[in-house]
Amino acid sequence: MSNAADVVIIGGGIIGCSIAYYLAKKGTSVIVLEGSDHIGNGGSSRNGGGVRQSGRDPRELPLVMYGIKNLWPTLSEELEVDCEYHQDGNLRLGKTEKHKQILEGLTERAVKVGLDVRMIDGDEVRKINPYLSEEVTCASWCPTDGHANPLTTTLGYYKMARRLGVRFITGEKVTELKKVKGKLRKVITENNVYEGDTIVVAAGYQSRKIVETVGIDIPMTQNMIECLVTEAEPHMFDQMLGTAEADFYGHQTKHGSFVFGGTSGFEGVNKDNGTPICNSMTASCECRGIMKYFPALADAKIVRTWSGWVDMMVDGVPVLGNVPEVPGLVLAAGFCGHGFGIAPGAAYNIAELITTGTTPVDISALRYDRFKTKI
Amino acid sequence: MNSVNDRSRDIGEFVPAPDDDMLICRCEEITKGEIRRAVHDGMWTMTEIRRYLRTGMGLCQGQTCARLVKGIVAKELGISPAELEPATSRAPMRPTEMRILAKEAQD
Repeated sequence: MSNAADVVIIGGGIIGCSIAYYLAKKGTSVIVLEGSDHIGNGGSSRNGGGVRQSGRDPRELPLVMYGIKNLWPTLSEELEVDCEYHQDGNLRLGKTEKHKQILEGLTERAVKVGLDVRMIDGDEVRKINPYLSEEVTCASWCPTDGHANPLTTTLGYYKMARRLGVRFITGEKVTELKKVKGKLRKVITENNVYEGDTIVVAAGYQSRKIVETVGIDIPMTQNMIECLVTEAEPHMFDQMLGTAEADFYGHQTKHGSFVFGGTSGFEGVNKDNGTPICNSMTASCECRGIMKYFPALADAKIVRTWSGWVDMMVDGVPVLGNVPEVPGLVLAAGFCGHGFGIAPGAAYNIAELITTGTTPVDISALRYDRFKTKI
Repeated sequence: MNSVNDRSRDIGEFVPAPDDDMLICRCEEITKGEIRRAVHDGMWTMTEIRRYLRTGMGLCQGQTCARLVKGIVAKELGISPAELEPATSRAPMRPTEMRILAKEAQD
């Protein structure tokens, strides 16, 4: 089989798989190279499932709004898999005056970009979700937000892209990119060489090392965050939840279990032995956080915990688009732990960029050369 | 492992079998036919099968069905079960109430 295609995508997560799918739909030939043994093995399978607009930076907000308007509503039918997409709103909760100020700031900025989101008080919060404790005094409420199943959605994109003829190769670690006559052309892996007219780098944190080989730096680091899931519980609520300080988030799944993620304060300094491994303190810390918001869940049993790396950009939003210094290179990385909900919108726009040269949504604020020192 | 695995390798067509309705994962009620179909949809590792179908994600966390699922996936791929990775074990060892797990530290 030929190791050349119109587009070579590095990274088989939801970003890589969905770009491959939208490209293949337009008749483009695609090879996807995944370094690990499994498709969607990074953040794509390890996130909390939020499909959320509120709380986002205005620079990336239009992309997720595009996806929620045009792609998410029909995604299950399109991918022939149950993405478990629920559009029942997002409550971003606050308990203190400081929280309220954070939420008001986020809400004001999102309203300016045209998002339907507003501040509500504790009583209105408990009308929407009666299980929340009296400690909650305010929230931002965005009724068009929601959640979905990251596992089936990611693997659904993979399945359909593969069905459309995309060649996926797992266990294929990229070591170097190479230009031919001034244009990016070759992808060197530990075992093989692949060639494409366009090379998309969608490899999360690993992207930094890969594009370094053609002289480009993406200023990011990696944080390790953890999630937990309970046994199936009777149905309680359908909203996506988060907090002002983003210390806990989650939802109840179709299966009945609650998936919650949270932070312990050790995210930036967790040990890296090559595999994300749960810290013994974090799940307990998450439980304490969750019970303060949801006293009724104190008896819910945790059946599983897991962790994953977040590719954390210095300014909190991804790098997306062409790199004029390296013709043929397209970046789609650094989604900072909120790459799942935005994936369909981002991928659709990147596929349009590659095939037509323009994007339906202006992505210029996410350029790779936007970074400046503070003085 | 990290061995190169070309997901376009021809593994043949899905052929329906009389025992496709047999329950394999009892916790999540996943049948043999669903597992075999998932392999043909490209789910070639235990991890992918688990994430796609929820096999081994129920109360017993795969302690009952992991071997069976592995045998079915391997047969469908035409490889030895030993070539497939073991399913990932995750803490806690037994389902544990939040209020118990939370006692790791006190306010």
